[in-house]
Amino acid sequence: MKVELYLLVVLIALSLVFYFFNPKFFSLENIFDMLRNNAFLGIMVLGELVVLISGGIDVSLTAIATVAQYIMGILLVQNYLNNILVTMLIPVAVGLVLGIVNAIFIYYSRVHPVIITISTLNIFYGLLIFLTQGKWLYRFPSFFRRFSKINIITLVNQKGVPYGLSIFVILWFSLAILTWIILSYFSIGRKVYALGGNQEAARRAGFSVFKIYIFTYGYAGALAGFASFVQAQLSQIIQPNAIVGRELDILAAAILGGASIFGGSGTVLGVVLGTILIAIIRNGLILMRISSYWHELVIGVLFVIAASIVLLRRRQKRRKVVYQ
Amino acid sequence: MKISYHLILLVLLGSLLIIMGLLTNGGIFNTRSLQGMAFQLPLLGLFSIAQMVPMISGGIDLSIISCANLVGILSAFVLSKRGDLFSIIASCLLGIALAGSIGILNGTLIAFMSIPPIIATLGTMLLFKGIALVITKGYIISGLAERFLVLGNGTLFGIPIPLLVFLGIVIISWFILNRTKYGVTIYMFGSNPVATKFSGIDVKKLVLLTYMFSSLIAGLAGLVMIARFNAAQAAYGESYLLLTVLTCVLGGVSPSGGKGGVLGVVIAVVILQIVSTGFNLLKLSSHLANALWGIILVGVIVTNRTLTLKKE
Repeated sequence: MKVELYLLVVLIALSLVFYFFNPKFFSLENIFDMLRNNAFLGIMVLGELVVLISGGIDVSLTAIATVAQYIMGILLVQNYLNNILVTMLIPVAVGLVLGIVNAIFIYYSRVHPVIITISTLNIFYGLLIFLTQGKWLYRFPSFFRRFSKINIITLVNQKGVPYGLSIFVILWFSLAILTWIILSYFSIGRKVYALGGNQEAARRAGFSVFKIYIFTYGYAGALAGFASFVQAQLSQIIQPNAIVGRELDILAAAILGGASIFGGSGTVLGVVLGTILIAIIRNGLILMRISSYWHELVIGVLFVIAASIVLLRRRQKRRKVVYQ
Repeated sequence: MKISYHLILLVLLGSLLIIMGLLTNGGIFNTRSLQGMAFQLPLLGLFSIAQMVPMISGGIDLSIISCANLVGILSAFVLSKRGDLFSIIASCLLGIALAGSIGILNGTLIAFMSIPPIIATLGTMLLFKGIALVITKGYIISGLAERFLVLGNGTLFGIPIPLLVFLGIVIISWFILNRTKYGVTIYMFGSNPVATKFSGIDVKKLVLLTYMFSSLIAGLAGLVMIARFNAAQAAYGESYLLLTVLTCVLGGVSPSGGKGGVLGVVIAVVILQIVSTGFNLLKLSSHLANALWGIILVGVIVTNRTLTLKKE
């Protein structure tokens, strides 16, 4: 629980600082908005977490999300879909399939996952843009637009404008809980930790490494597909270049949340807090009227500091550290 | 093993040349496309060499592109205001000095604070890009000194100057990696860091030097880049980042360290350039070229894998 505790302390301290500069920060409206706008990132990070715990890494998730979203978009625009549940499941299925493609390549080539997923990032995204010419999709059916406006709680602010807790935040948190349950209580989840902790030991214990790969990359792909649905809902326009390029954002949020690049450690609570931390910084800086050029800088500094602290503590624990 | 892999690459290169030659009716071999390739290739080539050295040591440097942009912006500040020879040389030296200090920062984080290279350089990448954005406020600095642009667009005896710069760096890197004690220890460290440490080698210094080397080449690439574009900006060339990892792996550099060399990487860069120029001539989308690069990489890895498996 250590990393989560640190994150929580930093979160509270930062929130107080931002509140001091702009009391609007703690308004429910702002908090709800912030959570809604980061639901996409939050869901992507959950998938990346599972892959990181297994000792792998997936940088193709953004491309998977883009492809999944685009296929859904085409079906929507051509009026093949009339049900939000089916619409939701299409990108999930596409993501699952593409994630499994990754898993198969990684397992059979025995090459570091970062290399394979860089390749598949190029393949998925390149083919998509080539086939679609990068055209934007918009004017979706009304059921698709209506769903995006659903709020679980609806309140009215002082100016009489209604606001609320978006359904996407609930979906994000539900998926977080689901991921946590799978990782903590399901045998496959424990196997993911075991594989990340020591691949050879996991193999000798009789685990099918291939099946674990299929699960981790498939699950991450499916979550990326779902995240792309959320992103399309929020923006109501599908631009093929909107998501690709954010792969390092996802990785940064996961690592800030305490997921280890070496595998075997990381928790759902940690990465949710990591995502919220990045969200709070972006939001707080905006409320402090600090120009957006500073955001990257602040997040970069924070990332370097966080990584240093985690690693220094690790070194104190005298676990295997190569560069000593 | 090493020779056979280079052979695979050369066969791939040869067949690509034949295919592209046939498809473009020899258009890829005319002076204009060769000239074009000779101007485009050095930038990816320099970045690939900058990525190769840390990868041989078992690490990775994700900050090369943002380092190049930061160096470019700093130099462009001077170059957009003054055009005399002294200022040009001074601004280049200033840029290279900045690149060196970036390398020291990366190296310190990795060697002395024990942060894994991928995390440390991911952090500094965000950091340098942030600094670049703060300095430029997202604007482009353009209109650089005429005489400086020669570095990106000029020719010497008909050979593009950026190509000469690239060849110079290739020779220097080859010499360092193959003919100096430092080069040999990088390979040794890449294949077994613990053994290297216990053989009494100062691994911290080694890692520090490796990342300095990488950043210095990235800084030089930054200067070539601003000279080619006649402008500097915080986000130029970002698509090169993953591409450099791709060229390195295609060139035979193992992501786990200890393997690969300059020759393979240069062949890989040429392969990528031929695909890209060929697609351009065929008026095919550059995104299809990206997809093809990914397919080539996976294909080469799988071929390599099956070949080594047979030998074992």
